[in-house]
Amino acid sequence: MRYLPHTEEDVAEMLRVIGASSLEELFSTIPEDCRRKGDLSLPGPVTEWELNDLMAVLAKTMAVAPEYKVFLGAGSYHHFIPATVSYLLGRSEFSTSYTPYQPEISQGTLQAIFEYQTFIARLLGMDVANASLYDGASALAEALLMAARVSGFKKVALSSLIHPQYRLVVRTYLEPAGFEIVELPLTSCGRTELTGLKTIEGLAAVAVQSPNFAGCMEDLGSVASLAHDAGALLVASFTEPLAFGLYKSPGALGADICCGEGQSFGIPQSYGGPGLGMFASCKRYLRSMPGRLVGRTEDRDGKSGFVLTLATREQHIRREKATSNICTNSGLCAVTSAMYMASLGGSGLRELARLNYDKSEYLKKELRKAGFAIPFSVPTFNEFVVELPPGSDAVYQRLLDRKLVAGLPLASFYSGMENRYLLCVTETKTKNDMDELVNLLRADCNI
Amino acid sequence: MVEFAGSTGLVLNEPLLFDKGKRGRAGMSIPRRDVDYAPVDEELVGEGPDFPDLGEVEVVRHYTRLSTWNFGVDTGMYPLGSCTMKYNPKSNEKQAALPGFAGAHPLLPEKLSQGALKMMFELERFLGEITGMDAVSLQPAAGAQGELAGMLIFHAYHKSKGRGRSKIIVPDTAHGTNPASAALCGFSPVKVGSSDRGVLSVEGVAAAMDEETAGIMVTNPNTLGFFEENIRGIAEIVHARGGLVYADGANMNAVLGIAHMGDTGIDVLHLNLHKTFSTPHGGGGPGAGPLCVKKHLEPFLPIPRIVDDKGSLRLSGDFPRSIGKLHAFYGNVGIMIRAYSYILSLGPELKKVSQLAVLNANYVKEKLKDVLHLAYDRPCMHECVFSDKLQAPLGISTLDMVKRLIDYGFHPPTIYFPLVVSGALMIEPTETECKEELDLFVEAFRQIVKEAGESQELLHGAPWRTKMRRLDETGAARNPRLTCK
Repeated sequence: MRYLPHTEEDVAEMLRVIGASSLEELFSTIPEDCRRKGDLSLPGPVTEWELNDLMAVLAKTMAVAPEYKVFLGAGSYHHFIPATVSYLLGRSEFSTSYTPYQPEISQGTLQAIFEYQTFIARLLGMDVANASLYDGASALAEALLMAARVSGFKKVALSSLIHPQYRLVVRTYLEPAGFEIVELPLTSCGRTELTGLKTIEGLAAVAVQSPNFAGCMEDLGSVASLAHDAGALLVASFTEPLAFGLYKSPGALGADICCGEGQSFGIPQSYGGPGLGMFASCKRYLRSMPGRLVGRTEDRDGKSGFVLTLATREQHIRREKATSNICTNSGLCAVTSAMYMASLGGSGLRELARLNYDKSEYLKKELRKAGFAIPFSVPTFNEFVVELPPGSDAVYQRLLDRKLVAGLPLASFYSGMENRYLLCVTETKTKNDMDELVNLLRADCNI
Repeated sequence: MVEFAGSTGLVLNEPLLFDKGKRGRAGMSIPRRDVDYAPVDEELVGEGPDFPDLGEVEVVRHYTRLSTWNFGVDTGMYPLGSCTMKYNPKSNEKQAALPGFAGAHPLLPEKLSQGALKMMFELERFLGEITGMDAVSLQPAAGAQGELAGMLIFHAYHKSKGRGRSKIIVPDTAHGTNPASAALCGFSPVKVGSSDRGVLSVEGVAAAMDEETAGIMVTNPNTLGFFEENIRGIAEIVHARGGLVYADGANMNAVLGIAHMGDTGIDVLHLNLHKTFSTPHGGGGPGAGPLCVKKHLEPFLPIPRIVDDKGSLRLSGDFPRSIGKLHAFYGNVGIMIRAYSYILSLGPELKKVSQLAVLNANYVKEKLKDVLHLAYDRPCMHECVFSDKLQAPLGISTLDMVKRLIDYGFHPPTIYFPLVVSGALMIEPTETECKEELDLFVEAFRQIVKEAGESQELLHGAPWRTKMRRLDETGAARNPRLTCK
């Protein structure tokens, strides 16, 4: 096996040094009744070429571009990834290193993460960002736990227009710890209903997502004042950070903690993971933040460099009193997203964001023209909800046969949304793709 | 004269990205505009973030230069104890990057994503076979999230028995994530010490175990590099008082194909795909921390689970006793593909992986134990733990020795952990290092020990050959500077 370099002579010589007569003898401390009786029953070993064939067969079953036109978003977005990003993150000095505990030989990762923290703080309009969490969902759960630490309360209000799977993850993290979760309903125009907030006491946080799961921009400024009046923190979640190239950042609108998924920035969709939990907050809450932080400092010669810092918040120092149990995070995905943001630049980010918006507005307009209803009136970014006529499920299936995935059916996520679909249009969809979608829908629905 | 890899050479400086660039440069091709500008709501629109505009060459040089300041497994030996820094096969990277996987949307209809589901379904079974456990969830995104899932299962199990429990036993050799994960579920950790053999004793656990205690978290093999040989007796005690046994599988690289973890009395076990199953650590992630359980805890596993429906695989959330979801989708599938490829590439030869990992650790232990104090002088598994006891009287600490090791071209071992060994030096060579490399490492350490007796300054000032000298960590924490101004 090519990953195992030992020759028979090596093994013999090393056993001699150790004073053992066989490799088996090295395991004599494992009690007999804890041992495996026979060999592992596994397929293989396969050669590299056999593996290529096996994996190609599996990968080929997956419905991906360009063969399929996939108008799905809902927390995972198809964006172009430039060759430079894939190439640079393939530098194995980045990918094959560990968490940078030894700063003298980890300055590459440390500076890249420090720059990532700066990108995220600026993107979200916040003071500080951490070095990443697992994904947008666990980032939201961690944000709510942090809000509870800051406020001393164990009750949170959650918009029902937060990604439904994120809300499930929040329940998993919070309920065993004795939290009370209040869900805020949605309005008919596609935003979170906030009127109930005034009557809830002892709130640690109000959490909303913007753009929300229906693609609509929340009125974050109003949520912030209502939350702050109630003595709660505003936790602003997101699944599509590209929106902040067009719209105001959550920080500018009064969010206390911003957290979300960063997959859009140069990270392949990979059937849902790995993603990137982006997490940022205000300076005054810094010591309550979860996750690793990179800080600037000097070496013995006075040269500027970087180290992991404020580790006294973390599990390896504080153990059960840590601000989070996180250890391994999404470091390489954070560096990937920094490479992507660096490539795009401020001008590119605004241009790309606007293009996403304009394309989705084009599809919205064409669908309306064709006679389909767009039920929510609030401005959107690159996703929106469309309502098809009754019996739309069969239409959706027939489009799948034409290799076109016409968005996400919302029926299983919300009651009363039987014929509603969440459509997503990024820069990867052309005008022709959208025209084809509208034409097929129109023809199939007999409009 | 031995030649070490550590050397000096031209190291290029590189400013912060935010000190570079000029408005109007572009580092990325922007897709063609084929639709008109649409009206926007001016109330909501912002300025966009203050990012620099950089050219493509600037970006490429920036990250290429940064990468040269890093040390990875591909650079050299990385004997970081309990982290299993083995070689990360390049073929696995290629499989994960296949467009069918990398480009797949997680909410595709199941009939259009059978390949990924099949890979995951089979990987669950492979891990079940390797550990001897009955059911597996791949969802946890890292070891610590696997631990959290395990603790959530403890919580749900006790709740289902109608009695919540408030405490959990955690050995003093445990990784910090263990108590931190337990605390998230409201369990307060009760510490138990290890014996003079560096393992837990049945009596020690029996004294700590009561009807208020949810169970125990045991890292096996433990962080001292020993198999917890009393595990079955410990499990009996814990089970007798209604508790459960959690095994932290961070060190599973020692026992693949050798131990049958399912027969050791444990109920739950997490694995780290980024340790044992060769997926890259990525400078701190992403990893994956699958959770394996015995049959009686299967109903509690995270949802959705992959079920075989007459030859067609689908995702099912229909498990009412499940602890729920931990990840927005199904976990780190890209990492699973790499681990799946690794397991297929080795097959039953995985046993050889552990044999050679243990051989390498014992070899290093034997070769250094006359110059470094061995915390427990007995055969080890995948790692061995020394201390600075012999060097401390000279004013030389573990930190000094490992910083000097950098000058010789090696990544330092894990230091000052486990906490039970003062000045710990925890060395895990892994199976992918060849004998010549181990000999060089041993020789480097022996020279450092010699230097410790001759020139303390050389060690106190180390490293000398790196881009940066020792950095002021205290100052960094006192006055946090976390972003560019």
